Amino acid sequence: MNIHEHQAKELLGALGAPIANGVAIFDAGEVPAALAKLDPALVVVKSQIHAGGRGKGRFKELGPDAEGGVRLARGAEEIKAHVADMLGNTLVTKQTGPAGKTVNRLYLEQGADIARELYLSLLVDRTTGRVAFVASTEGGMDIESVAAETPHKILTLPIDPETGVTEKEADRLCDALKLEATARADGLKLFPLLYDAFFDTDMSLLEINPLVVLADGHLCVLDAKVSFDNNALFRHPEIEKLRDISEEDEKEIEASAHDLAYIALDGEIGCMVNGAGLAMATMDIIKLYGSAPANFLDVGGGASVERVTAAFKIITADPNVKGILVNIFGGIMRCDVIAEGVLSAVREVGLKVPLVVRLEGTKVAEGKKMINESGLNVISADDLDDAAQKIVAAVKG
Amino acid sequence: MSILVNKDTRVLVQGLTGRTGTFHTEQALAYFGTRMVGGVHPKKGGQTWGSVEGAAQLPVFATVAEGRERTGADASVIYVPPAGAAAAIIEAIDAGIELIVCITEGVPVLDMVRVKARLDKSTSRLLGPNCPGVLTPEECKIGIMPGNIFKKGSVGIVSRSGTLTYEAVYQTTVAGLGQTTAVGIGGDPVKGTEFIDLLELFLADDETSSIIMIGEIGGSAEEDAARFLIDEAKQGRKKPMAGFIAGLTAPKGRTMGHAGAVISGGKGGAEDKIAALEEAGVAVSRSPARMGETLLKVLKN
Repeated sequence: MNIHEHQAKELLGALGAPIANGVAIFDAGEVPAALAKLDPALVVVKSQIHAGGRGKGRFKELGPDAEGGVRLARGAEEIKAHVADMLGNTLVTKQTGPAGKTVNRLYLEQGADIARELYLSLLVDRTTGRVAFVASTEGGMDIESVAAETPHKILTLPIDPETGVTEKEADRLCDALKLEATARADGLKLFPLLYDAFFDTDMSLLEINPLVVLADGHLCVLDAKVSFDNNALFRHPEIEKLRDISEEDEKEIEASAHDLAYIALDGEIGCMVNGAGLAMATMDIIKLYGSAPANFLDVGGGASVERVTAAFKIITADPNVKGILVNIFGGIMRCDVIAEGVLSAVREVGLKVPLVVRLEGTKVAEGKKMINESGLNVISADDLDDAAQKIVAAVKG
Repeated sequence: MSILVNKDTRVLVQGLTGRTGTFHTEQALAYFGTRMVGGVHPKKGGQTWGSVEGAAQLPVFATVAEGRERTGADASVIYVPPAGAAAAIIEAIDAGIELIVCITEGVPVLDMVRVKARLDKSTSRLLGPNCPGVLTPEECKIGIMPGNIFKKGSVGIVSRSGTLTYEAVYQTTVAGLGQTTAVGIGGDPVKGTEFIDLLELFLADDETSSIIMIGEIGGSAEEDAARFLIDEAKQGRKKPMAGFIAGLTAPKGRTMGHAGAVISGGKGGAEDKIAALEEAGVAVSRSPARMGETLLKVLKN
């Protein structure tokens, strides 16, 4: 689960991390109250959307020469003008896709006098199975380009969970970021604090880009991107409340309510599969035969008739879907249960596009028999290859 | 021979008394009499578990340590819910269980970071979490793989995905090759055992004459495996291999069902993994429906 920049800063600030003073607003009417808490002489107006590249992004409704999604403002009038310009409009960045995202909230933050920009993140390093710091003096840039062009400027430091951040490791991070004097003292406090916050709240990513050294020598968290492990949200009800569903796809919200793993894509063949690996492989084989998948959908190992029906409804609600492929390798799951679910869904929601069903595994004969004798226009397939070819042929006409 | 499990493996079930544990234990008992020796439940020690479908009965112990001492178990399988899975794994490590198989899906990743630190200091091996288990045909079934698609034979199978393991098993059965052992390592980002450990076991196993390896997007375990295979081949250790990588069409930055299946920071994409494996001499099938066929072709050449 992702949260907004202002939420991440509020969370880190409450734990003692150095952040600038700031106020989140949802409506232009809230500007005066916000300004009462800030010095309007220099304020940064920042679009709050779940995507990066906001500063270089452009608003759809404004001309190409208009400023991006993060703007500097001097004085109350300039601040109000930017708020009017940005709130409610659609920001397109390199991470949002061409559709962009509506800016429903802004963060007004006190401007800072910046001496140096650094990069710092924490993530789960899969190779070592540990939480690792990634630190670089090249802040404010895309860390992937730094990694590609100047990998020697990046320090990756995995931390032993049984010791936490040791003094030696905090020193290494300070050295990698070339922190001296006041900034170094701040860093030695900040690194263990961030590591503990990462563990205590079950984050999956904490990226501070940039972490800045201010003109007065102190460190400040200037931007913050935080994601949490969905599998651990059950033990953090306070964090679950930070979820902003306006940032999510409607079909994906509906799917998550039914415990279905669903991701909307832009192709034409709707897929319903059991198992994440097989679901991805089914997308791949559709592409291999010259079409494209409309979605990723894993109904899981213990899908009931109700879940299969819900999945079917979500797939058929997508107007791009020109055909549906159901691919089930019912290892433990019984094929007759799947067949019953598919048939009941078809009877309930109707079927306007071709449907190919491939069943394999336990009680496969019974499942196929039910499909064949249903009288419905369902195309039966023998294996995955056969199924993919049949649905692509049906869609291509 | 086979790897990891055989007819002598004695298995404890952590979470036996639940619905899932009961169902899969019955299936395991019915599969060539896999030696399920008991269950563990902290509040039900001393009770007896009775099969719903058959006449089988198993003792339930309060702790893994007690269960191991009383039954001589060398393996355990975990069906407990996500919130308690890490504690169950650590209990099994502390009891000295040699092979721990965690089926549970949805274990918090930082729980696994803590487990991994304990695991590294022990002699236990963990498969999973979020995996289908391990099966040696006609001898031992631990986990949730469907026994009916297996056939005793010569192919070693290792996979990050459950259902794609079944595809590979089914295809090698249809191709007449059969399997020595099939192992699911699980779809999570932090897990007990990686490809390399199992490739090492399959290379060392006399009965395994070829290998199918199934990877997916996310991380760099497939690239690590490719480097391992190249190094081993230089020492003259090499077996014919076919492979498949799921997720060529997956969008970047999205987690594809498995917690570990995500392309992030431009890394973990399918193309790089396919290229790395091909460089290591693995015949990578572009179609998930042709893994068995691809292996047959390699074997004929």
